[in-house]
Amino acid sequence: MTKQRKAILYVPYLLWLLLFVVAPMALIFYYSFFNVEHQFTLANYAKFFTSGTYLMMTVNSVWYALLITAITLIVSYPTAWFITKLKHRELWILLVILPTWINLLLKAYAFIGLFGRGGLVNSGLAALGLGYHQLLFTNTSFILVAAYIQIPFMILPIYNSLTEISDSYIKASWDLGATNRQTFWHVIWPLSMPGVKSGIQIVFIPSLSLFMISRLIGGNKIITLGTAVEEHFLTTMNWGMGSTIGVVLIISMLIVMAATRNRRRKGGTFK
Amino acid sequence: MKKIISALILMLLICLGLAYGSHQLQQATGDGGDKVLNLYNWGDYIDPNLLTKFQKETGYHVNVETFDSNEAMYTKVKQGGTSYDLTIPSEYMVEKMRDDHLLIKLDHSKLTGFGNYGKDYLNKSFDPQNQYSLPYFWGTLGIIYNDQLIKKNSVTHWNQLWNPKYKDQIMLIDSARDIMGLSLISQGRSVNTTNSKELVAAKDKLDRLSPNVKAIVADEIKMYMAEGEAPLAVDWSGEAREMMDQNPHLHYVVPKEGSNMWFDNLVIPKTAKHFKAIYAFLNFMSQPQNAAQNAEYIGYSTPNTAAYKLLPTSIRNDKAFYPPESVIKHLQVYKNLSQAKVEEYNDLYLEFKMHK
Amino acid sequence: MKKSLLRWQNWFLIIVFVILYAPIVFLIAYSFSSGTTMDHFGHLSGVHYIELLSDKRMLAIFLDTILIAILSSTLATIVGTLGAMAIHNAKHRQTKQTLLSFNSVLMVSPDVIIGASFLIFFTALRVPLGFWSVLLSHTAFEIPIVVLMILPRLGEMSSSLINASADLGASNWQTMSQIILPFISPGIIAGFFMAITYSLDDFAVTFFVTGNGFTTLSVEIYSRARQGISLEINALAGIMFIFSLILVVVYYLIENRKPTKPKRMGAL
Repeated sequence: MTKQRKAILYVPYLLWLLLFVVAPMALIFYYSFFNVEHQFTLANYAKFFTSGTYLMMTVNSVWYALLITAITLIVSYPTAWFITKLKHRELWILLVILPTWINLLLKAYAFIGLFGRGGLVNSGLAALGLGYHQLLFTNTSFILVAAYIQIPFMILPIYNSLTEISDSYIKASWDLGATNRQTFWHVIWPLSMPGVKSGIQIVFIPSLSLFMISRLIGGNKIITLGTAVEEHFLTTMNWGMGSTIGVVLIISMLIVMAATRNRRRKGGTFK
Repeated sequence: MKKIISALILMLLICLGLAYGSHQLQQATGDGGDKVLNLYNWGDYIDPNLLTKFQKETGYHVNVETFDSNEAMYTKVKQGGTSYDLTIPSEYMVEKMRDDHLLIKLDHSKLTGFGNYGKDYLNKSFDPQNQYSLPYFWGTLGIIYNDQLIKKNSVTHWNQLWNPKYKDQIMLIDSARDIMGLSLISQGRSVNTTNSKELVAAKDKLDRLSPNVKAIVADEIKMYMAEGEAPLAVDWSGEAREMMDQNPHLHYVVPKEGSNMWFDNLVIPKTAKHFKAIYAFLNFMSQPQNAAQNAEYIGYSTPNTAAYKLLPTSIRNDKAFYPPESVIKHLQVYKNLSQAKVEEYNDLYLEFKMHK
Repeated sequence: MKKSLLRWQNWFLIIVFVILYAPIVFLIAYSFSSGTTMDHFGHLSGVHYIELLSDKRMLAIFLDTILIAILSSTLATIVGTLGAMAIHNAKHRQTKQTLLSFNSVLMVSPDVIIGASFLIFFTALRVPLGFWSVLLSHTAFEIPIVVLMILPRLGEMSSSLINASADLGASNWQTMSQIILPFISPGIIAGFFMAITYSLDDFAVTFFVTGNGFTTLSVEIYSRARQGISLEINALAGIMFIFSLILVVVYYLIENRKPTKPKRMGAL
């Protein structure tokens, strides 16, 4: 009886999976086997895996997604950790989310204004006697702005898993004579891994298909898979090729998910 | 649990309040009545005062929905599910939509202002005899330069962009057709060529432009140029107008050897329902004083010759936006290409973008 | 030693927050410029706010956008919470992994693909395009993030807690409402806020599935880019931002004044 009741609760979610995940996915798979003349073909896959352009794009996308994720993690972990120590930590964590409510395009325009030739950053550098620097259209600015966009998405899950760590573990660790550093590496870090892993999933996967930032800030000098998908859906209207790239993205996501799978046993083990 | 339920109730109350507010505002703007016209337009591409005037004169309320690219608009119209009465595609898209049976023919007997349009802008290859479309605005592709960084009038030809002294100084508009087109024109070819050899040659020439290219961007190019981020850019005249309004040091040139001439056109998609309102609107927009008001608001070149005469002299005499006959005769209009050729253009363009 | 460490940490946080808020301060500052764009500051002026208040169409779009954001996030949070429990309680490892992978598909697919396939889907089912199709789509793409926010929290919950509750004779429902939900509530709140972010930021999906006069702010902003985004939009973003800032602070103050506040686990 109770089991059935429980099962009913899962119905909305499973329905969602079926209607909005499985159905569109089937559609994408279906489209990926057709060319623009609506004939069945494997040519899209053949093109993807043999053309230097697409392979290069894939390598680019993965490489930049890795860099973006790494930078985001390096900034977010300490931020999340320090926030947990603040008095009004819940307020501060809400303040981390707030900037994400402003439209991405508007924020990108703001960055153009900040990083531009006469922008605030360059004026500041000039005032410090460091002279003018070309900031826009560089790989660095592309990565930094992308990381900026992603940071809140990384901070939140890490913060969540850090707040779960019970004080008693830390006290126990101190009682056993561990230093702060040892406590961090042997207690806190392993216990916060689930948060870090969800953060990586939330940041890395969408970073594979960035296209707005790569155009607006990177000046289209870095072409990612997202750019190609955009082009196939909206310029050449070759939905087959676009879907093929979509399938590749889904498969790479599965790989990332497998790599960041939670292997930790229940109850939390100390290493 | 109490907390959760009260949170849910709070959310619902907020939503009800928002729905009520938005409903009231829509009532205030007159949405939702029977006498309506659904206009599917580029964002901010019509003077809102004209919509109010139109409603006052005819009683039809105009619902505006917006799109940001021809292709996205095409997908929406093709897929159906909405009732757009009028939309504004560019010339090649008029041709594509017509070929795909997405357009309804204009009934010329119901048009009262057709005579106001100049013959330079009618009967173009994309729509012979204007069976399906009325020109809305037109323009060209050209070069924008900043006179603080580049000597005045020193850049007048496409080939000058390849000059090594402009290393890392040029911004290009992110559009396969336009960038391939400028390379083709610089080699004396047609912008509608389907000859693969010519296309590859055009791409090879573009690769040599790479060192001079600072960035390939889209709408944001206006902001970059206005800020003086780069001294040179290739962009459409309409965009050039926007940046020049913001930065007086910018100038727009249409290269003498030729360029692209583009048109945005009013058409009736097959999803249309309110035909009386459609013709009332087309006639309203063809009236010289309305077209002139719109042209002043948008800043693009109007194809309505009667309206042109009503514009301030400073605008009328601006050769960059109303070029003389000698320039116009070298301008080429895009034709809709076959799917295979569209992809060939785009693939080559993508390779150029990835060229280091 | 401890004091200086603390100070160093505070400095780090200050820098992070300054960076997070810099572009937003920039946008809001320009909303007070008399000029028309963000490249040159004119003189101080409220002209864009006056313009905005008389633009009823824009205000209606603004309210619709928030309505969609809150309603879809609420729905997504409910479905997502249940979904996270479904995944967490899955008996077999394999089922769990499959569910998790499917859950994330919408996060990896580029927006245009999701938008286009939802459009085909809705027109095939003859769902009229407009408010409802947008609401459904937003709910759909927000669910995965809610699930991902709640799952780690569920994973941390020790099963002994639930067993103890069952041993004490609590019904499933009681266990759920008095043990599980309070424990995962930080995850639920985080998921809800992230869902709002996704909703407010989405352009491509909304563009494809909307119609019949219904528009959101993102669609309006992106389609205005060709003409240059006016500072009226900055003013709107500014108002929205200040408004949500006040809302968040007030929410926090109310939350913390409640005497029934559950005891939080101590800081690290």
